[in-house]
Amino acid sequence: MSKLDSKIPEGTLEQKWTKYRSTVPLVNPANKRNLEVLVIGSGLAGASAAASLAEMGYKVKVFCFQDSPRRAHSIAAQGGINAAKNYQNDGDSTYRLFYDTIKGGDYRAREANVHRLAEVSTNIIDQCVAQGVPLAREYGGLLSNRSFGGTQVQRTFYAAGQTGQQLLLGAYSALQRQVGMGAVQLCSRHEMLDVVTIDGVARGIIARNLITGEMEKHFGHAVLLCTGGYGNVFYLSTNAMGSNVTAAWKAHKKGAYFGNPCYTQIHPTCIPVSGDHQSKLTLMSESLRNDGRIWVPKKKDDTRKPTDIPEEERDYYLERRYPAFGNLVPRDVASRAAKERCDAGYGVGNSKMAVYLDFAYNTARYGRTEAAKRNIQNPSQAEIMRLGKEVVKEKYGNLFDMYQQITGENPYETPMRIYPAVHYTMGGLWVDYNLMTTVKGLYALGEANFSDHGANRLGASALMQGLADGYFVIPYTLGVYLSAEVSRMSAEKDKTDSIDKLKTKHPAFDQALKEQTDLINKFLSIKGTKSVESFHKRLGLIMWNKCGMARNKEGLTEAIAQIQALRKEFWSDVRVLGSADEFNPDLEKAGRVADFIELGELMCKDALNREESCGGHFREEHQTEEGEAKRDDVNFAYVAAWEYKGVSEWELNKEELKYENIKIAQRSYK
Amino acid sequence: MGSTGLFLVSFLIVHVSINSLIFLNDSGESFNAGAHFMAHNPVIRIVEIGLFAGLIAHIVQAWVLTNENKKARPVGYAMVDGAANSSWYSRSMGVLGSLLLIFLVVHLGNFWLPTKQAVFAHEEHNTFENMKQVFSQWYFVLLYLVGVIALCYHLLHGFQSAFQSLGMNHKKYTPSIKKFGIWFSIIVCILFAAMPLTMFLGIIK
Amino acid sequence: MGSGHGTELNLTLKVWRQKNSKASGSFETHQLTGISTDMSFLEMFDVLNEKLISEGKEAIAFDHDCREGICGMCSMYINGRPHGPKQGVTTCQLHMRSFKNGDTIVVEPWRSAAFPVIKDLAVDRSAFDRIIASGGYVSVNTGNAQDANNILIPKTDADEAFGAAACIGCGACVAACKNSSAMLFVSAKVSQLALLPQGQVERKERVKKMVAQMDEEGFGNCTNTGACEAECPKGISIENIARMNRELMSANIK
Repeated sequence: MSKLDSKIPEGTLEQKWTKYRSTVPLVNPANKRNLEVLVIGSGLAGASAAASLAEMGYKVKVFCFQDSPRRAHSIAAQGGINAAKNYQNDGDSTYRLFYDTIKGGDYRAREANVHRLAEVSTNIIDQCVAQGVPLAREYGGLLSNRSFGGTQVQRTFYAAGQTGQQLLLGAYSALQRQVGMGAVQLCSRHEMLDVVTIDGVARGIIARNLITGEMEKHFGHAVLLCTGGYGNVFYLSTNAMGSNVTAAWKAHKKGAYFGNPCYTQIHPTCIPVSGDHQSKLTLMSESLRNDGRIWVPKKKDDTRKPTDIPEEERDYYLERRYPAFGNLVPRDVASRAAKERCDAGYGVGNSKMAVYLDFAYNTARYGRTEAAKRNIQNPSQAEIMRLGKEVVKEKYGNLFDMYQQITGENPYETPMRIYPAVHYTMGGLWVDYNLMTTVKGLYALGEANFSDHGANRLGASALMQGLADGYFVIPYTLGVYLSAEVSRMSAEKDKTDSIDKLKTKHPAFDQALKEQTDLINKFLSIKGTKSVESFHKRLGLIMWNKCGMARNKEGLTEAIAQIQALRKEFWSDVRVLGSADEFNPDLEKAGRVADFIELGELMCKDALNREESCGGHFREEHQTEEGEAKRDDVNFAYVAAWEYKGVSEWELNKEELKYENIKIAQRSYK
Repeated sequence: MGSTGLFLVSFLIVHVSINSLIFLNDSGESFNAGAHFMAHNPVIRIVEIGLFAGLIAHIVQAWVLTNENKKARPVGYAMVDGAANSSWYSRSMGVLGSLLLIFLVVHLGNFWLPTKQAVFAHEEHNTFENMKQVFSQWYFVLLYLVGVIALCYHLLHGFQSAFQSLGMNHKKYTPSIKKFGIWFSIIVCILFAAMPLTMFLGIIK
Repeated sequence: MGSGHGTELNLTLKVWRQKNSKASGSFETHQLTGISTDMSFLEMFDVLNEKLISEGKEAIAFDHDCREGICGMCSMYINGRPHGPKQGVTTCQLHMRSFKNGDTIVVEPWRSAAFPVIKDLAVDRSAFDRIIASGGYVSVNTGNAQDANNILIPKTDADEAFGAAACIGCGACVAACKNSSAMLFVSAKVSQLALLPQGQVERKERVKKMVAQMDEEGFGNCTNTGACEAECPKGISIENIARMNRELMSANIK
């Protein structure tokens, strides 16, 4: 019997959410004023949750490590946000969005959660537009849509290449409105270091004021972790430099199970690594694959300039392997195919770890259309390319500029070099239907939880999930728990040592505070020889090589041993300078890297346990003869939820995934 | 700043128009008639008070703003590459304005004061002769030229800046306003500069 | 590695060091050799910090996060200009190929009374958050929205609002302005909402409150030098400042 209760409501799939949210217990307004909610993280999930809960009357505190909530990494999302509005009259529906998401996730997501996500997706667009988010419009004044990978309808809403920025600023403005009204207390440049639990219930957090170094105790009736993903465990990723797992990891160590940690999304179109100095990777939007053709030379170690390689000597390997979807196969498939070519020795660039993304063909196509539109008879090749470049510039100008800025090469003249990079983590803290973790009163929202994307996330669905959780799920589901809290509070009204009276004076807070203070002093007292950064780099290399795009038993076993050794070395030889009572970015990073090291081990363990290939998790032992991923639905149709038992020790709990509305099938994009 | 600035610009138009009468080279006949009108017309007398009020307001505003702006950056940069993002004169309005103020004090002493004395003494004041006398001295000519150059740069930024401050920035009209501002500044200042020069060189007699 | 046209630079770096907001700071000079032109400016700082740590010296504190020019966190004043010599980019997008071998590079924090230095090159820009909190929003609670397509917005208006909304709140406008004025930042938000139908109801109150908060934070006044627009990594136009002036005047008249 599993210890996990996902608390999925009864009823048909279509009615579950509607019925549930109409029948969940409520908290009356007077009681809301006495309930404090701590929101950790201020991205789409955090900002939207904090604003919504404050509007409802809860007392809210928001914590973010950045200098302003507006800087959370949701801001960097480029492409768009999905919603089943069916504005394009192309047959979209809640069911279709639900189905696409389950299928895209390679049948490893929970049906009820995904259907709820699809249901509320339309409300998100309404809410954001009402806030003044300038989503793209048609000339008639209606909202515009574009298509994204893994779907056959146009359901992606966007704001040029800055959709995440605009949505986040919308949520941020709603949050700041509440801050201005005194309903939210904002604690920026604060890092959550631990969750305080009393009898297994979350009662608050320990946070460090990053400017003064002061350790603070904060009481809350509920704690919401909206802290994003953990892609930076790979050192190089498209995540922001500060993105980290610390809050989620500390919660994990306090009893929150970690779900599917090995599910990592590797995005196929990123600018390749240029040298050892590389600190992060930059994504080139998925939308580029609509007009770019991906290829490598047919000859190994071909050192000619790409423009000098004739057409018949190019291998458009995605079009060759997947004639039906071609360059638009899902992210996991495209990434693995690029790795396959490079590993086989066909890679390009000095590092040989890149493939070409070539716009010449479509530039010419646009050029000819443009020439026809302008009634130019028999245009020259140069004329065609000139006209075509204008069209390409209009569509992707900012991305091309970004590419040129980083590489120094002009993508209008020569193909882009791209290579896959870590982008998103589908895994995260295990949560039930209410988004509550296995620690009572502790919730996880957005990328920080594991719930909606299965083993692979579709493009434009991350923004959707973050905002769904924050605006439209947690405001209802939090009441389930807090209404019980109200009853408990009234029952314990006369108890002198109740948590409601003691709050942060409860010894559990002092205990947690001491532990975290000791930890910080430990970092500073090691006085070793190697920088925090160097440990992070080494961890990243192990993870990328052995727990990256392709994994096997041997590599994972090695990785676990290497990470354990790295952890020992870290704790005996790390060098952290400065002091604890000042702004000390190096010290902050030490804590984050220490947690990444532990997480890395669990990821490898999870990957080792999952003897199948699904979505972003590819086990070399489990592939078809053509090299495609081979799922094992008989033995692995479950969520792996890991329970922390001590250093390097975890216990696996399984949540069976039941598909009652969708027939499981092998994905095919051929 | 914008509204008082534009108000002062309107004065400049009147001032330069009447003074340009000297270029008729009629021994100051038309010019003196104009000057007489300006000195004795009761409406102009009242407007003159407004003008001084506007000038003082402009100066006080500038002083207050400059002080606030200084407070807004108590520690300055060690290295500033201002030329990379703005024109030197847009950043030097305070200096240009101070130069103008010095010039103005001398200028009022040269012309406004004698005219006023004459008015109070009920005497006819020959402003044209007054000009010829002042502009026969090289150092006054030089000072006036410096004053006019300061005015020119002050206007080059100030004219279009006033429109911006008053909220008038429009894709369609702003380019024309900017162009007009440039021509206005240059023409007004060339005319003003020509007065001491032509008199000093004896072209206007 | 990589693109293959990377060469190496030897540089002299003069960096502002300041212990905290109360301490007075000074410049520290560092020599760097073998800096690849493929590096970003911040990666060059990473190299420098690693070097400092290996020598047992404290790393230089600076703000940075996304390193792709969108979060607005990075904020260095390089050789007399916010975000350095290239237009239209943030510090993190600046690459070392914009410098020459033997260059001396002077790096300072944003300097403004409203942006106190926290440490070295990191400053406190929470004034911007307070300005937004004073009125930079549409008052719509979650769940109150009508169908998104019920609000028709002409494409040109939507695009113009988007142009203003592209602001990343980095503060380069304040840093560039000789008066430390925050007009470009404030006007971008005022404009975005003044241009959209959703922003009409609170239009007048919004501009009054936001400008009042801006003044309270201790930013300087706008003298229309245009430096902010020239240095804005997102190319926000000073047309927005004129619009805000207009909005404020009309709000004050009524």
